[in-house]
Amino acid sequence: MRLRTRRTRASRTTAVVAGVSSLALLTGCGAADMTKQASPFANAQGAKTVTLSVQSWVGAQANVAVAQYLLEHELGYRVDTVQIDEVPAWDALSQGRVDALMEDWGHPEEEQRYVKDKKTIVPGGDLGVTGHIGWYVPTYFAKQHPDVTDWKNLDKYADRMRTAESGGKGQLMDGSPSYVTNDKALVDNLDLDYQVVFAGSEAAQITQIKQFAKEKKPFLTYWYSPQWLFKKVPMTEVKLPEYKEGCDADPEKVACAYPHTPLQKYLNADFAKTGGEAAALLKKFKWTTEDQNEVSLMIAEQKLSPEEAAKKWADSHESTWKAWLS
Amino acid sequence: MATVTTAAPRIAVPGVLKHPVLRKLLLLALAAAVLVPLANARWASGSWPAALTVDFSDQLTKASVWIIDNRDSHPLFVYFFGHISNAVVICVRAVYLVLLAAGWAGVTAAASLIAWRVAGRRLAAGTGAAFLACGFLGMWIPTMQTLALMVVAVLASVVVGALLGLAAGLSDRMDRILRPVLDTMQVLPAYAYLLPVVLVFGMGVPAAVLATVVYAAPPMARLTALGLRGADKEVLEAVESLGATARQRLLTARIPLASKELLLGLNQTIMMALSMAVIASVIGAGGLGDRVYQALGSVDVGAALAAGIPIVLLAVVLDRVTGAAGEGLGEEPQPNGRARWGYALAAAVVVAVAGRLAGRLDWPDTWTLNIAEPVNRAVDWMTDHLYSGVPVIGGTADWAAHFTTWVLDPVRDTLQWLPWWSVLLIVAALAWLIGTWRTALTAVLAMTAIGVLGVWTPSLDTLSQVLAAVAVTLLLGFATGIAAARSDRVERLLRPVLDVFQTMPQFVYLIPVVALFGVGRAPAVAAAVVYALPAVVRITTQGLRQVDQAALESARSLGATPAQQLRQVQLPLARPALLLAVNQGVVLVLAVVIIGGLVGGGALGYEVVAGLAQGDLATGLVAGAAIVCLGLMLDRVTQPTERRAKKGA
Repeated sequence: MRLRTRRTRASRTTAVVAGVSSLALLTGCGAADMTKQASPFANAQGAKTVTLSVQSWVGAQANVAVAQYLLEHELGYRVDTVQIDEVPAWDALSQGRVDALMEDWGHPEEEQRYVKDKKTIVPGGDLGVTGHIGWYVPTYFAKQHPDVTDWKNLDKYADRMRTAESGGKGQLMDGSPSYVTNDKALVDNLDLDYQVVFAGSEAAQITQIKQFAKEKKPFLTYWYSPQWLFKKVPMTEVKLPEYKEGCDADPEKVACAYPHTPLQKYLNADFAKTGGEAAALLKKFKWTTEDQNEVSLMIAEQKLSPEEAAKKWADSHESTWKAWLS
Repeated sequence: MATVTTAAPRIAVPGVLKHPVLRKLLLLALAAAVLVPLANARWASGSWPAALTVDFSDQLTKASVWIIDNRDSHPLFVYFFGHISNAVVICVRAVYLVLLAAGWAGVTAAASLIAWRVAGRRLAAGTGAAFLACGFLGMWIPTMQTLALMVVAVLASVVVGALLGLAAGLSDRMDRILRPVLDTMQVLPAYAYLLPVVLVFGMGVPAAVLATVVYAAPPMARLTALGLRGADKEVLEAVESLGATARQRLLTARIPLASKELLLGLNQTIMMALSMAVIASVIGAGGLGDRVYQALGSVDVGAALAAGIPIVLLAVVLDRVTGAAGEGLGEEPQPNGRARWGYALAAAVVVAVAGRLAGRLDWPDTWTLNIAEPVNRAVDWMTDHLYSGVPVIGGTADWAAHFTTWVLDPVRDTLQWLPWWSVLLIVAALAWLIGTWRTALTAVLAMTAIGVLGVWTPSLDTLSQVLAAVAVTLLLGFATGIAAARSDRVERLLRPVLDVFQTMPQFVYLIPVVALFGVGRAPAVAAAVVYALPAVVRITTQGLRQVDQAALESARSLGATPAQQLRQVQLPLARPALLLAVNQGVVLVLAVVIIGGLVGGGALGYEVVAGLAQGDLATGLVAGAAIVCLGLMLDRVTQPTERRAKKGA
């Protein structure tokens, strides 16, 4: 009896040892490098590849589409794209799971951690586009009631902006939880008769804005430029108390507008060094708000595939991207 | 998907129950009379008292910072998690390369031939068609990426699940320990643990595979344990009398006897793993899920559907094939079965090599159908014409607004207005009436935990949405189920519709529900109803159909009209199944709460999504834990105890 138990235990140990050692064999013995973790789908069939992260908004898709098109057709790379929210994207960039982040709206905490302290990410320069967040009302409404574009008069229109969700107050629609927003604090601190309703995703927010616009209903929404939707649904910004450096330092006490942010690119540090032509192209990639909107609109409104949209833009803007290749 | 379709008989006579019910209520009233004034005197507030909350956010934030800072250097990561992570990447890559090397022709041929051997000619044709459809939709490469991920995730889940199930099946103690663990693994919304998994194993595929294992292993474990426990006692004794050792008994008798359950476990695991494929895309897992998710970014329902259909096709094919394999188990093996497997293998290799030689490895670009455009046009038409201003009945937006004002708001406001201790009392009373004092205790503790975590108010908001969604689901589900039980034709027509509802990634219908119902809680409820309805319809139909025919006959001979038969015979006799339908409705609705957060549902769902989006471990995990507690409480309140003992998956 005793003999048997010992034998089973021994064989169990063998199994465990075998399992662990085969795992070790499979991954290469010793330390596992967590900073170099390419996607399993990269470099398949021996192609040289670049992995780009895409954020959920169409502007970010436009950057990636054009970069992808040029990398594939001018430089012969294969490009993988993965969609990740902004903060997790920084994490993925640091580990080398993605090689580049084409449009960043400012994440000081992550910059400090990965760029300054750990040095796993390096800045890739300006994208050439300036981003701005603000509160917007549809232009058709602003034309009828010009005074709505000042925050001081918003309360007057609160009951016109009311929805079933906003509980008796006016509705201020916010979007995806991944976006930078001070709106709850703003409503409190400016003492407005509004309720912030989170659409939860940009897709939901755009869909709702389009539905409102179809019926020419008034609405108030958190929105940002550059954005293709302005071409479809013209919107006018509501003036908030002026932005001054540092006025948004304390998230609880914010009572001022959002800043204008020159959007940035970031590269994985290793990729920036060894990425060759691809890294060089991505560093030089710089275009204008109009360029980005042109591509975005083709993707989102004309429903072209990102690749077709990028091709169309590239065909008509050769001089712009030729400079990135030199 | 996580539906239980076995209904256990229930022996409960209302007449006998009356007495204990009264006694239970009296006891509870007595306890309340003593405790409530005490609680009220100390913490007199409507909402959960702040003094009774514990804030974990500091510790959780510290933990996540520690992981990020030490991930590249600490031995725990470098020598353990890192290897797991790399092994996953290598396995997925290996499968992916094999699939690419086989080319589209080879993969399609291999899949159909396997289906032919396992499940017969018809399913083989269906499998082939499904794979070709993925190609025609222009989704060949993403489909292969998802398939590679699924193969590895399912294998890992099956191994983990089988091991846990083995432990639970052989030892009562392990069974008791594992049961709550498995419950938590399934109820915990995947979104909530994506972030910790990402922090530890790295973005993308490794995290996706491991998150899938957490979600998909429990049914395998449960069914393995069930199979081992259910093995025929007499056979076991016979084997024992032959002098077999414990291990021989297990390998030669118990496991083969449990093979039906094992296959059912595999089937359930595959389905659950596939449903994770899309959720995993939010952490960059790539494949079909990523295409669905990217299409959402440009608000393109057509493109999302083009990526969603292959997921549905994969799910249906895998479900039918494994299901057919399970049914074919008991039959005599065919005389030349092994030779036929040989032919099948050879044929697959021939096709793959032929494809390779012809230089046709990649799916030809010209062979694609563009379904995005017509779909988008259809969706636009629908939302244009239904959103508002429909004569007499009003548009969908008006319904949504009415539903919000007349149903959701009152329920939420009532729940939030109730003093916290009275909510606990109500929960205790409901759980005790339907179960034992243990069930009541669990339910109350779960509710207490929500308060302690400091998310009392949003949890009640979520609860109100869940209650409303369950009510709508049951209303629609029972009506459809009754219709399907009465007519085979209706049931046949419904089956593919239910399949699609159940397997279509929820992300795909996110935009249509917003387009129809506007941003807010109403579309969240709609999404939940779409997801939970199939299970409720199926269980109801099955329950009604299984009603004793003799009882029905006698009712008919007494001259009962169809309506009387339904009301007085079928529905009462199908009560256990109907209760199960309620329970599953609750569980499934709760599973979609997160998706509700993406369309303006707010409350816990939003917080979980926000936690992931902002890399904020505390917000996401606390809200996730609250959802688990809600699930636990609702399960205890809706599920009679005697069934739980026999619960399968």
